[in-house]
Amino acid sequence: MKSAVIKRVSETHVMIYIGDTIAPERASLFGSLCEKIRLEFSAGVIEVVPSYTSIMIEFNLSKISYGTLEAGLTELLGGFEQSAQKIQARVIELPVYYHADVAPDLQTLAEAKNLSVQQVIEIHCQTLYTVCAIGFSPGFAFLGSVDDRIVMPRHASPRLKIPAGSVGIADRQTAVYPDDSPGGWQIIGNCPSTLFSPEREPMMPFSVGDTVRFKSVSLEEFTQQGGQRCPNWK
Amino acid sequence: MSKLEVIQPGMLSLIQDVGRFGVAQLGLSQGGPVDLHAYCWANHLLANSMHCPVLEITLGQASFTAREDTMVALTGADMMATLDGTAQKNWRSFQIKKGQTLKLSFAQTGLRAYLAIAGGFAAQKIFGSSATVMRNKLGGLTKGDGSLARGNKIAAGQLLSAASSNQDRTVCLSVPNHFIPDYGDIIEIGVLPSYQVESFPKLQRERFFQSSFTVSPQSDRMGVRLTGAEIKCDTAGIISEGIALGAIQIPPDGQPIILLNDRQTLGGYPKIGCVSRLDLPKIAQARAGSTIHFYAADIEEKSSQWCEFLGFFNV
Repeated sequence: MKSAVIKRVSETHVMIYIGDTIAPERASLFGSLCEKIRLEFSAGVIEVVPSYTSIMIEFNLSKISYGTLEAGLTELLGGFEQSAQKIQARVIELPVYYHADVAPDLQTLAEAKNLSVQQVIEIHCQTLYTVCAIGFSPGFAFLGSVDDRIVMPRHASPRLKIPAGSVGIADRQTAVYPDDSPGGWQIIGNCPSTLFSPEREPMMPFSVGDTVRFKSVSLEEFTQQGGQRCPNWK
Repeated sequence: MSKLEVIQPGMLSLIQDVGRFGVAQLGLSQGGPVDLHAYCWANHLLANSMHCPVLEITLGQASFTAREDTMVALTGADMMATLDGTAQKNWRSFQIKKGQTLKLSFAQTGLRAYLAIAGGFAAQKIFGSSATVMRNKLGGLTKGDGSLARGNKIAAGQLLSAASSNQDRTVCLSVPNHFIPDYGDIIEIGVLPSYQVESFPKLQRERFFQSSFTVSPQSDRMGVRLTGAEIKCDTAGIISEGIALGAIQIPPDGQPIILLNDRQTLGGYPKIGCVSRLDLPKIAQARAGSTIHFYAADIEEKSSQWCEFLGFFNV
């Protein structure tokens, strides 16, 4: 991976930058690279945090010097590209109830895009999305990339409370809010599945590099799976 | 077993250990004491492991009554502690006899005090840590029904027990004077220029290091907001990336935010660098209205100081 750049940002933190554009096809490579870093530097590395074009590493300076870490990372990155391509990503299917009951922006998005609500739903369900990054809040997975026909920017001013399960679109990204949270994404549906639970092993159904497909479900299926209508939006 | 009953919890008193590591890739914040220096001394005075949970008390107005004879240590912001009305010096360990009440007033200087108990406070661990992160609803004390600790601050009537009694000792120790910081109102902070520093024009970088900034009241364990000269960056946003502890992000309004323990894991605002690890306690103790000056620090020098700190406390 010749394009990788290693930059130290503090006494204890290093960034690896790979590429400068958002490319979902790179996510599985990032996922396996992170695994490899965790394994090879298990003694000195405390935290490995991937995002779209970077991996942040926190290390323990009393266990590993920066020089040793940098040399090790350089070597690891040098020989990485070929072997990593083979890893198979998992496909996780998430049920979504697409309806005005749970999605205040579904109709407006359809109108803005000259589509019917049904078309928006079909397009959102057709794409196989890649988990590009996890962050913002526990279990919040940034999924790419949304079909051009339903791309919408965030609201100019974020809503104060988005209910748990809300499925949103922000530019070319889509995501499910795992918990109640403020947020500015265009809400087009609600997923009844629990996406983050500290009591469960694993806590989340996916990690970076996995793929997600949405499946449209009826109100009956939605409520059976624990979904709740949330008609009061501010 | 040592036990303290919470009489007055104070505005924000949180169980903290060194923090929750290895789960940032799931979006979980690390948490942990924002003033690591005062936290480590509190445990050190009691010969506790550095992983022992401690109570981080913000602003003060808290009181505790001992149900058994209990050894504690108090460090950080001076809250004019009294034991049944008798003044207790800060930065030392002392015994609270059964029935006695330890009372903390308002912080005189600084913001946060650390109260440690011999053996550490007993608290359930979640992902290897009992650190309270309110925004993640994780850590802290359970309400006694065996459910998972949900990131609550401590409340009146709760019992804070020691995790073990075998470490009980009655020797009172003090932190040597030259290790006791002065949490003043004018603060010099070392910055390691990094991240997107190159995206800030030279003039803007000079302005950052030559201006003074004021600590905003809108600061918390997630980040300390500053107001002052507008620092402009060539880019308004970057592709979201991992945020290091102490990173200084500068949104389009030009007002820096120093990101602390409860920070979000990923962010898309440009960052001019990171506050050096050993200067973070000064930021954590800075009261609203304090003045901050930044200087460019040398990474080698700051790294060896950080190594010394880690070695001394075996953290």
